[in-house]
Amino acid sequence: MTDLTSLGVKDIRDGVAKGDFTAREVAESFNAAVAEAASLNAFIVTTPDHALAAADKVDAARAAGETLGKMAGVPIGMKDLFATHGVQTTAASHILEGFTPRYESTVSQKLWDAGAGMLGKLNLDQFAMGSSNETSYFGNVTSPWKKAGSNAAMSPGGSSGGSSAAVAARIAPAATGTDTGGSIRQPAAFTGICGIKPTYGRCSRWGIVAFASSLDQAGPMARSVEDCAIMLGAMAGFDPKDATSLQMDVPDWEAALSSDLRGKKVGIPREYRMEGTDQAILDSWEQGKAWLKDAGAEIVDVSLPHTKYALPAYYIVAPAEASSNLARYDGVRYGLRDLPDGVGLQDMYAATRAAGFGDEVKRRILIGTYVLSAGFYDAYYTQAQKVRALVARDFARAFEECDVILAPTTPTASFPLGSMNEDPLTMYLNDVFAVPASLAGLPAMSVPATINADGLPLGLQLVGRPFDEQGVLNAGLAIQQRAGFTAKPEKWW
Amino acid sequence: MSNYRIQGATGEWEVVIGLEVHAQVTSNAKLFSGAATAFGAEPNAQVSLVDAAMPGMLPVPNRECIRQAVRTGMAIEAQINAWSRFDRKNYFYADLPQGYQISQLYHPLVGEGSLLIEADEKAGIPEDKVIGIERIHVEQDAGKLMHDQHPTMSYVDLNRSGVALMEIVSKPDMRSPAEAGAYLRKLRAILRYVGSCDGNMEEGSMRADVNVSVRKAGEPFGTRTETKNVNSVRFVMQAIEHEAMRQVDVLESGGTVVQETRLFDPGTGTTRTMRSKEDAHDYRYFPDPDLLPLVLEEDFLAECRASLPELPDAKRKRYVEVLGLTPYNARELTAEVETFARFETLLAETAKATGKGEADVATQVANWSLSVAPGVIKALGDEGDPANATASAQASILAMADKAEISGGQAKEIFEIVLKTGRDPAEIAEAEGLKQVSDTGAIEAAVDAIIAANADKVEQYRAGKEALFGFFVGQTMKAMQGKANPQLVNQLLKGKLG
Repeated sequence: MTDLTSLGVKDIRDGVAKGDFTAREVAESFNAAVAEAASLNAFIVTTPDHALAAADKVDAARAAGETLGKMAGVPIGMKDLFATHGVQTTAASHILEGFTPRYESTVSQKLWDAGAGMLGKLNLDQFAMGSSNETSYFGNVTSPWKKAGSNAAMSPGGSSGGSSAAVAARIAPAATGTDTGGSIRQPAAFTGICGIKPTYGRCSRWGIVAFASSLDQAGPMARSVEDCAIMLGAMAGFDPKDATSLQMDVPDWEAALSSDLRGKKVGIPREYRMEGTDQAILDSWEQGKAWLKDAGAEIVDVSLPHTKYALPAYYIVAPAEASSNLARYDGVRYGLRDLPDGVGLQDMYAATRAAGFGDEVKRRILIGTYVLSAGFYDAYYTQAQKVRALVARDFARAFEECDVILAPTTPTASFPLGSMNEDPLTMYLNDVFAVPASLAGLPAMSVPATINADGLPLGLQLVGRPFDEQGVLNAGLAIQQRAGFTAKPEKWW
Repeated sequence: MSNYRIQGATGEWEVVIGLEVHAQVTSNAKLFSGAATAFGAEPNAQVSLVDAAMPGMLPVPNRECIRQAVRTGMAIEAQINAWSRFDRKNYFYADLPQGYQISQLYHPLVGEGSLLIEADEKAGIPEDKVIGIERIHVEQDAGKLMHDQHPTMSYVDLNRSGVALMEIVSKPDMRSPAEAGAYLRKLRAILRYVGSCDGNMEEGSMRADVNVSVRKAGEPFGTRTETKNVNSVRFVMQAIEHEAMRQVDVLESGGTVVQETRLFDPGTGTTRTMRSKEDAHDYRYFPDPDLLPLVLEEDFLAECRASLPELPDAKRKRYVEVLGLTPYNARELTAEVETFARFETLLAETAKATGKGEADVATQVANWSLSVAPGVIKALGDEGDPANATASAQASILAMADKAEISGGQAKEIFEIVLKTGRDPAEIAEAEGLKQVSDTGAIEAAVDAIIAANADKVEQYRAGKEALFGFFVGQTMKAMQGKANPQLVNQLLKGKLG
């Protein structure tokens, strides 16, 4: 019998539907794989019973001849930023350690309604702040990939590093991620998997621990474009509980997948040729152009002139929103409370937040507080909002000349854990190609392209017009078919 | 111009007042969550996940709250901003679960408007005055801390957390405590007419932040202080009076007024420092990224406008011009929603009962409503049940009086019995003999008898001693046991005495 853990979303769903295997067999296989992979530290908590219960429900529904959901029988990993009813939800922080919601996020509920089950809550950078998964209170996630000739623990990227590691290691066929400034795409690129951030507003933010509300978007991470299309279809949809949710129908992305790009124009933004980008990345970008041309697309040069201001603007807007969003973690109603003897309210706040937040989170709260404070607001926040509007306008103009944009996902491949911690700015630069699409709220995807000389995966990024997830997925599919990316990490865990 | 001045050692000081009124929007649900809003519920019984700021919870604007604020804006003839936005006001406090209040700093829902306060000589307002209103914005209320439940700990009640408030900001246009009082009463009346706030100051549905400064005539505005959360009209007036005196004392003794936030102590009628400008929070306002700008469609605005009732100024004008009431009566009757509602119901019933037009009976109904009926109810005290004073009962009494079937005194007596027993007024008049005799024959007979019995007095009267007319009236009324229609008595006596 096939090793069920080698299967992705589509194959599991179809296999369960056809009766090739039961959902329970799938859940048991993945539960076992998760249990074996503790050394990756991809999960903060595992929930094998949740996966089994969902599987049994699917098997029973199939036996009863009922119509099965889009994700029927697929056990997935849930980034621990999504509130899950009765299951600890921490955002990888100490301040929320032990917090068990009595509610279920809209996106996770939609996945359960579609027949998926939960293998566990995936580790991440604390409050989704980080690009290497080193800021979690529950320890680093280690990538399943190794650099050729080295045994150093590698970064799975971040913030959705538990998700990327789990999917790459085949201990989950797919996982949820969230992307604020690259947190789905960069870890996907680092681990040789696919991940798509849909248009802002496609997926409800209700029940997702907020980082930067105007940027946060949930999306799927899986090993193929098809799997992403299927899972995104289950996650997306209007939610009256989220005032920024898009009131639009969700297209059947899976059904409309096509790698025939004849008549399509692919834009190559010249400003993305930045110093500090690995030659191998630039080479893969060239290769990507060739693949898309082969798929029938016309390649055109486009300009996104404000690209270089995007990252600085992002590091004002996102921390500003975060500094306010994280004010609710104050020790009063839930989560950690540090109340030294005989002190007052202000001291309780200080002690609780000092103990409950990690360094990176504190850094961003401080930056955010600073840029919003009297006398600095106009120079920073207002200015950053203007830049954000210009970045969005750049894209709008570029999309008058092309249908989808092709760019690298990251300037480098994955790096060893601990190697980038000297200067936070170096780490922030990792998201330089990812952040512009976030600021503009556009759908963007990373697909694996190739392996570099060190044996590490490299990803290519596709950015589409607002609401055109289909265009992004189709171009991604064209690359996937031509790249023939079959590399996978050697099991060492 | 207000002539209110504070007499200081160095001369007269003018007081400059602006009010920020927080009015709780009448709505079954909170501004951004579906939780209920009723007053007096058990602590934390009306708290949703959003109000408690649980992780991942999001605000969604409540259409009804926005609608009420827009209607309020329209009632003060203010500019309604079809595009507005919510901002976060960031600060930490245990009664503020999100760590920020969702408010509107940069782009409020309602722009400039105005409100008229009427001349009231007795209260020290010599002429009508228009008070400018700067803006109305909507925002969330905070919860409440309870410090008296435990010796060392404070408890938090989040029932009010997230309740919708309108902040109605006046311009610094008031110049006396009386004007401020009149402004508050008028604002409260408008809110209650519109139905956007119940105006209940005891329950905290309406409270005011009072900005006060003083200056010598002709000088620019002085430094102001803000006295927070004053919760009655009387207290607002007291706070202004005390604060203005205090500032004059400070200035005249060579000091400077410090811009600060103060608290009012209702026990002593004084204000004291709460926090100074140096301790002021930096609220780090910025647009709430969880909410899109609030865009109001034309249909929505049209519905808001169409749903507005007749407002106090228009009603008062109509009472005078159409119903023919005195300006005083018109003002009294339109001051409160309950008063005009009772009046208009009674007016309609009375017009129906008499078969006359409303304008023909309005003055009688107004006098009855404002002085006769309240007088009887008050005099009767606990002996009467005001619930018996139904509009139809009162209209029936007024109609009998209008047809001269009963006298004014009888009307009161009947009303007394109605209040005590709830019996039907017509039945009371009949059964208790409380009807005046309008039978010309009976009165004429009595008059004839009196004239015959008092020939000497008739002589004197005819000789010019007209003061005797009262004697004949009295005698006739006595003979009729007080039940004769006085007009008929007068008329007949005049005719017969020549």
